[in-house]
Amino acid sequence: MRYAETGFDLEVDLSRGSIDRVETDPEMTKLHLGGLGTSARILWDRVPADAEPFSDENLLIFSTGLLCGTAAPGCNRTIVTTFSPQTRLMAYSMMGGFWAPELKHAGYDKVILRGRSPDLVYLWINNDKVEIRDASHLRGKGAIETAECLRQELKEPNAQVAAIGLAGENRVFYASIEQGRSSASRGGIGAVMGDKGLKAIVVRGTKDVNVARPAEFMDLCKGVLDYIKFREDHPIPGVPAILAVLGSPQEMKIVDEEWHTTSFMWGNARTRRRDFWTHEIEEKWRKTQEDVRTRLISCYNCPMKCGATISVPGQPTYMMKCYSKLTYTMAAYSDLEFGFKIAQRATEYGVDGFSTPQVMAFALELLEAGILTDADFPGMPADVEGRFFWLLDRIVRREGIGDLLADGTYWAAKRIGKGAEKFDHNTIKKQEQLPLKLGMLNPVYYLMYSTGEKINITQIEGQFPQAPFPTMEEREAFVKDWFQVPDDKFKQYLLDWEPRGENSNPLYPSVQASCDIVDWQEKMHYIDDALGTCAGLSSFPLKPPYHIHNFPGFVSAGTGIDFDEASLWKAATRNRTLLRAINVRRGMRRADDKPPEDHWKKRFPDLEKKLLNEYYKMKGFDGNGIPTKESLLDLELDCVAEDLEQRGIIGQANAAGQKTSAGEEPEGKEVLSHA
Amino acid sequence: MPKVMKKVKHITINADLCNGCRACEVICSLWHASPRYSSNNPARSRIRIVREPLRDIYLPVYAGEYTAAECTGRDTYIIDGKKYDECDFCRASCPSRDLFKEPDSGLPLKCDMCEDDPALEKPKCVEWCLADALIYEEREEEVEEGEPNPPDIEVGVESLIDKHGLQKVLDTIARMTKS
Repeated sequence: MRYAETGFDLEVDLSRGSIDRVETDPEMTKLHLGGLGTSARILWDRVPADAEPFSDENLLIFSTGLLCGTAAPGCNRTIVTTFSPQTRLMAYSMMGGFWAPELKHAGYDKVILRGRSPDLVYLWINNDKVEIRDASHLRGKGAIETAECLRQELKEPNAQVAAIGLAGENRVFYASIEQGRSSASRGGIGAVMGDKGLKAIVVRGTKDVNVARPAEFMDLCKGVLDYIKFREDHPIPGVPAILAVLGSPQEMKIVDEEWHTTSFMWGNARTRRRDFWTHEIEEKWRKTQEDVRTRLISCYNCPMKCGATISVPGQPTYMMKCYSKLTYTMAAYSDLEFGFKIAQRATEYGVDGFSTPQVMAFALELLEAGILTDADFPGMPADVEGRFFWLLDRIVRREGIGDLLADGTYWAAKRIGKGAEKFDHNTIKKQEQLPLKLGMLNPVYYLMYSTGEKINITQIEGQFPQAPFPTMEEREAFVKDWFQVPDDKFKQYLLDWEPRGENSNPLYPSVQASCDIVDWQEKMHYIDDALGTCAGLSSFPLKPPYHIHNFPGFVSAGTGIDFDEASLWKAATRNRTLLRAINVRRGMRRADDKPPEDHWKKRFPDLEKKLLNEYYKMKGFDGNGIPTKESLLDLELDCVAEDLEQRGIIGQANAAGQKTSAGEEPEGKEVLSHA
Repeated sequence: MPKVMKKVKHITINADLCNGCRACEVICSLWHASPRYSSNNPARSRIRIVREPLRDIYLPVYAGEYTAAECTGRDTYIIDGKKYDECDFCRASCPSRDLFKEPDSGLPLKCDMCEDDPALEKPKCVEWCLADALIYEEREEEVEEGEPNPPDIEVGVESLIDKHGLQKVLDTIARMTKS
């Protein structure tokens, strides 16, 4: 008997219309845990290195995390993996909500989709009964609208639906998969779903999810709930309001947006408005938010309230999660009312809330700069809000200029030419990033931006404060009950970190300390993404209820497979290395590991080189960012080592005729994945 | 009937505070699993949230008595501009819906306030609802002394008889005890 997981995947071939229930290998759980880890392994094993994202060969995998469907609070994440049309690398995006536990209760850990359906279809999973059904009547419908239609049509109010909108159908490179309360938005995974001809997956499940050692598991859950209550009563002093508490940033609850609106950039990540936040704005925005917000809402089995139901008069109701209320607002230099309005349409269309506003701001910048002209925007309204709606409508339909913009800033700039490339200044590996432009290089963030396989800072940061505390008293108070650290040296790193002087950015945290801090932060995300724990209770906030000291107990008592801190850490390392290997096999190299062009004004090339070298060394990568044979063998990834060796990517003399050892940058040779 | 004082356990539902996380369903099914906490399955829970986020309907409902027949009540209530079916408020395990029935056997489920020895401070769903939508109260009430509630197995057998007829149930038990 399998515990925590069901031990079965659903394999669906959309070209042939076949559906199989396939038992999985428990060895894979021991090696990769589940969720992102086991999905990455399937992508490595089964998708050819040169597969096009839009092809029969590409797989689209909807996965539950290992602990989804158990009592573990907030373990509800659906992890979607595929190859991205935008970055052409592996994409993974996660969503909370209710979908993953429902799939577990239906009796499956993953839905693995291959092939492409000639007609638009949806998948209906009702426990043991699984059908591919016609979805032609849903073509062009909004993602939320689709979910409602399907629940009514199937007479299953308790079914959970993941669906794409028009953007996914039309293969917009930053199309999302929407699930009402939540969405998996990054990397264009909605476009892959659209390419596969799949409008939605509907799930209803009424089976048990078992754990191996119930009493022990329940004690751990109780500990997490108690600590959540404790943290609710003890917000962290000295940090911005949204960083003081648990959950994903409490954007729906908190009105105080001084930190975001004055630190983050407006437009196409262009302008910082240090004086934006005033008492009048706060009062106006408070009214806007309280007027449209019907209720704060939770995901499955989680006491946090990170989302909200939003009803803007004259528009259908929708649900919003954290930061998207500001991305459109700030990209358009508009206000919160506009943000809530356009987010409704964007949610129905199913587009990523980070990329979309920036692409539209980028288009308007090109118009202003004369690189695009009025002829490219026939009939576009004069006001900026009207323009954003107009652009959004065209992007999701790939009409006119919208067709270019639907590929994102990197590809659009390339196709437009005439200097448009200069306006693509806020992407990493071709994907739009948080709109931030800062002064002094932060070594920890430099590494996270450059090397994160998710290509998204919020999915690697967390745990360690973003900025030093000004006084020693504050630092001492912070480290006093900081039991989440894997090692006491992290407390010292924080105690020694000063806002100014010798022990400040960019030289402090030191190269070694920066690597340690990054390693810890990213490891926690890899554990979450395998187990399905929400980052909002774990890897993202300061002092979370889940940490390296209680996770081994959760996994062991949940699955019956014993893990301690060392072996869990190793499994996370294995998953991290496997993702790197997947991307390396698709051509990614050191030259691609860099932050957005002008993310920091003050850059330090020598220091950055040292940081990257040391990080690679710590990760067991060579100077080019490629996992070494030794590290792969040590992680029991022999098949990966063998494959990379056969392709001449590792183990053989490089182009300069010399083997590169771990962490050393090969002289003068840059290998680019940019096609 | 003579009257006696009895401790009555009571849960007030503040639907305004419910965030729809379904932790109550999770912990209920875990508590009633055998062995305790060994499996989670909200479909077995004795509390369910009628949840329609887009209409802002969040209504926790506890499983009440089993009923053999559907009622004729199909009224609609509009409260605060939100439309509810009469069924949304109904606690019965009834033939017209799959609510409050074991998913595999179809046997009825009923909230038992997590009766345990030693007694819990409050039912598990109340403990797990950090949104405070469920408020537990105990009060002394004068009630008519009646028959004690039938044990779970009796309710189960009764529903089997309703479904299959007494003779068929007896035949089946006779056959099973023979082998």
